[in-house]
Amino acid sequence: MELVVFCILAAAIVVFSVLTVTTQRILRSATYLLFVLFATAGIYFELNYAFLGAVQLTVYAGGIIVLYVFSILLTSPDGDKLATKLPKSKFFAGLVAAVAGAVLCIFITLSHTFPVTHFTPGELGMKQIGFALLGTEKYQYMLPFEAISVLLLACIIGGIMIARKRG
Amino acid sequence: MVPMEYYLVVSTIMFFAGIYGFFTRRNLLAILISIELILNSVDINFAVFNRFLYFDHPEGFFFALFAIGISAAETAVAIAIIINIYRNIRNIQAGKLDNMKY
Repeated sequence: MELVVFCILAAAIVVFSVLTVTTQRILRSATYLLFVLFATAGIYFELNYAFLGAVQLTVYAGGIIVLYVFSILLTSPDGDKLATKLPKSKFFAGLVAAVAGAVLCIFITLSHTFPVTHFTPGELGMKQIGFALLGTEKYQYMLPFEAISVLLLACIIGGIMIARKRG
Repeated sequence: MVPMEYYLVVSTIMFFAGIYGFFTRRNLLAILISIELILNSVDINFAVFNRFLYFDHPEGFFFALFAIGISAAETAVAIAIIINIYRNIRNIQAGKLDNMKY
């Protein structure tokens, strides 16, 4: 049963990510990216990482895709316009590089035996996540939590400063 | 239980699709979308390794969590820059960005 769900999600990820980078219209590219992000959240839910799947849905599929659609419609008056023609040499160079890299990585991944003798079923509880995220012991994440909040503040201010109306 | 290698193959394919898009696309927003694909595949990798090999130490889980937040911030700043570029030269093709300011 898990294998069936995984095969559907994996097929969705592979097909839609290839479509994202090969389609001519950029608005369709953003839509295919949305489907990829939904399937990725599904993979997180299948791995029993429910919190990560929920964060992926809200931040990525709910926030970043909206940002992309806004900026696509702002910067190209007809968001559906076809891109300019790709020169053949660049197409072949990109394709050969990507396929060679993929074959190499997949070969290395499949020929290595991972020591999965201790697969613990069950899920990462919310209480454990909460204590780890807001704790100050050795392996707990209070400092990166505060640092990322400072980073977000800096990005908010930077984004407003860059894109404000001048003159 | 799905074997671990299946997840890794899927994330590898997504990673190299993002790399292909990064090489061949001319629109700046399409390049950003390819970068999002790359970051997403890396997050899947971290989550899978953490779940299968080191379930008691959720370091991979928290890395993926923080990486999602950081990529959201970086996307926002990059889109602000691209909007500024569009305001100045009315075009966001990567080949047309060839003039310095002065």
